[in-house]
Amino acid sequence: MRIEVRHLARVEGHAHLVIDAEKGELAECRLEIVESPRFFEGILKGRHYRDVAPIVARICGVCSNSHTLVSLAATENALGIAVSDQTRSLRRLLAYGEILQSHILQIYFMAVPDYLGVASIFPLVRSERELVTRALRLKKLANDICLAVGGRPVHPVTPCVGGFSALPLPQALQELRRRLVEALPDLEATVELFAAFPIPEFVRETEYISLGAEDGYPLLGGTLVSSDGLCTPATEYRTVIKEYPVPHSTAHFARASRDAYMVGPLARVRNAHHRLSPMARTVAGALGLSATTANPYFNLVARLVEVVHCLEEGIHLIDHVLQDGLRPETAPSRNGPGRGAAAIEAPRGTLFHAYRYDASGCIESADCVIPTAQNLGNIESDLRALVPTLLHLSQEEVTKRLEMLVRAYDPCISCSTHLLEVRFDGGRGRM
Amino acid sequence: MKPRIGFFDFTGCEGCQLTVLNLEESFLELLELVEIVEFREVMSSEEGDLDIAFVEGSIATPEEASRLQAIRARTTTLVALGACADTAGVNALTYLHDPQQLRRDLYGDDPARLQGGHPLPLSAHVTVDWRVPGCPIDGREFLCVLQALLVGRPPELPSFSLCVECKLAELPCTFEEGRICLGPVTRAGCNALCIAAGDRCRGCRGVIDNPRQTPYDRILEEHGLDAEEILGQFRLFNLPGKEARHED
Repeated sequence: MRIEVRHLARVEGHAHLVIDAEKGELAECRLEIVESPRFFEGILKGRHYRDVAPIVARICGVCSNSHTLVSLAATENALGIAVSDQTRSLRRLLAYGEILQSHILQIYFMAVPDYLGVASIFPLVRSERELVTRALRLKKLANDICLAVGGRPVHPVTPCVGGFSALPLPQALQELRRRLVEALPDLEATVELFAAFPIPEFVRETEYISLGAEDGYPLLGGTLVSSDGLCTPATEYRTVIKEYPVPHSTAHFARASRDAYMVGPLARVRNAHHRLSPMARTVAGALGLSATTANPYFNLVARLVEVVHCLEEGIHLIDHVLQDGLRPETAPSRNGPGRGAAAIEAPRGTLFHAYRYDASGCIESADCVIPTAQNLGNIESDLRALVPTLLHLSQEEVTKRLEMLVRAYDPCISCSTHLLEVRFDGGRGRM
Repeated sequence: MKPRIGFFDFTGCEGCQLTVLNLEESFLELLELVEIVEFREVMSSEEGDLDIAFVEGSIATPEEASRLQAIRARTTTLVALGACADTAGVNALTYLHDPQQLRRDLYGDDPARLQGGHPLPLSAHVTVDWRVPGCPIDGREFLCVLQALLVGRPPELPSFSLCVECKLAELPCTFEEGRICLGPVTRAGCNALCIAAGDRCRGCRGVIDNPRQTPYDRILEEHGLDAEEILGQFRLFNLPGKEARHED
């Protein structure tokens, strides 16, 4: 007997999940990334540094701002360009906008249907009108932050090497601040909704990697840290993170101290719980998320906690920007050669870019390490450990639990190159 | 019965589907008018005949080509959604490189991994009825195209160049600042968004239907640029020569 769930829906991109169960035993378990590769590192060769960020933004529609911001930082490090406090603050606000947008999309559009037992958010438009309009209100607010600061929600236009090519209007920031405060009841309702969801029980400790918390909750940063004790400058990520090709995937897998590690919301909360905003810490406590939570399904809860964090911090950040006042700045022009790297906490985890530029300021070589690619090995290890505990359930329920686990990581397969297929081989009515 | 609509994606970043979701309130209203039966990014899929298929992404493998052909076979109207589907988008940059070499650099010499050529727009494999240009698409333009299709009128895209919108917005000419701009030959419709935001036009909406070459040559000459440099710029979102042309 063989059951196939083709095209795992509600993940960005596609992945095949193949589970061979024979005579009630798990035979094989692997994530197959089968999207055709897009060769971003190759096509960057020869491009001028001013065009690099607009190209790499196209790696991913959902996290185009993170790719843009880390790309700009890597180029600035390579060419020795310093940026102002104003630029750093606006980039941070843009990053908050994108984390909010990406997390709200995942929480409401991808996860809520699992817990309410529907195939998508669309059937809820009639039955749960208030839930859907609340989701859209929150998402619009997040997109409007990206619009005001980045000029467009998907593939930003204003962030450029050295700063910004256009600044947001103070009135636009004041309006955003007002709406962020107004959104707090929507957040409370979201937390109430999630408090009622039964998060599946499953515990598997792994290595948790994120940027360091030296300047607050990890975002753009200095050091790379892990729960196994790694601590290194983020620009030297290649010394700790080993990527390796696997036969069944067009994305590379990654390891650090162990066979696999986790990046993303849960890893960040574990490594930097003490740097969450006060409201976010309260919500984490109420939802049972702590610095020692080892249930990967709690990535979903960590994501909601980060929504609260970004919203609260976003309000303070806008106050700070408005108080200092916005001044137009001229971006310096530089040539190469030079090499540099940078890291950012993208919505799905730590994202690294490194470039080498020639004397005319054109790319000689580029390296991008994507969060989902780093999580693939860990998701497989989770699935291996999880499947034997589910064998008493129906195939339908097993499939659902596995899909929910994969979705908890919010895998963005566009980034790491694409359909999740769950296949049962040799099983009967039950595995 | 409401028209049945599906959204599909191939090799691309899924930013165009996201831009459709970003329509928010308009998206809710849209759900009153059409039935979205497939949208893999946010729903578990369903098969069956479609009235309109919106397809994002380029076609990079034989498997993608046959999946696209299967979608074509069960839809009345097929619309290319965004630059990757329309003009190969940023995937066009692979044309500056040997596809075998790109694969070798990434995977080494594994023969199984060296298969495949350059990613192509949808029109290289199937008949494309209409398109929504841009990287990413403009949400309002998507609604205009869909509205036209729903009332049975052919969708219209601007047939003039971006310079028109740029001048109407009274923006200073990017060439005057010593930067190359693809506005003179790029299809309008974005309200010169990038130029207004202090950037330049990189041609993501594709070439206008009948570009007048002479004035553009003159602009290039005035600014000391040649055709090669412009082609290098165009390759950011557009395929060269014949392959950029559509059957429709």
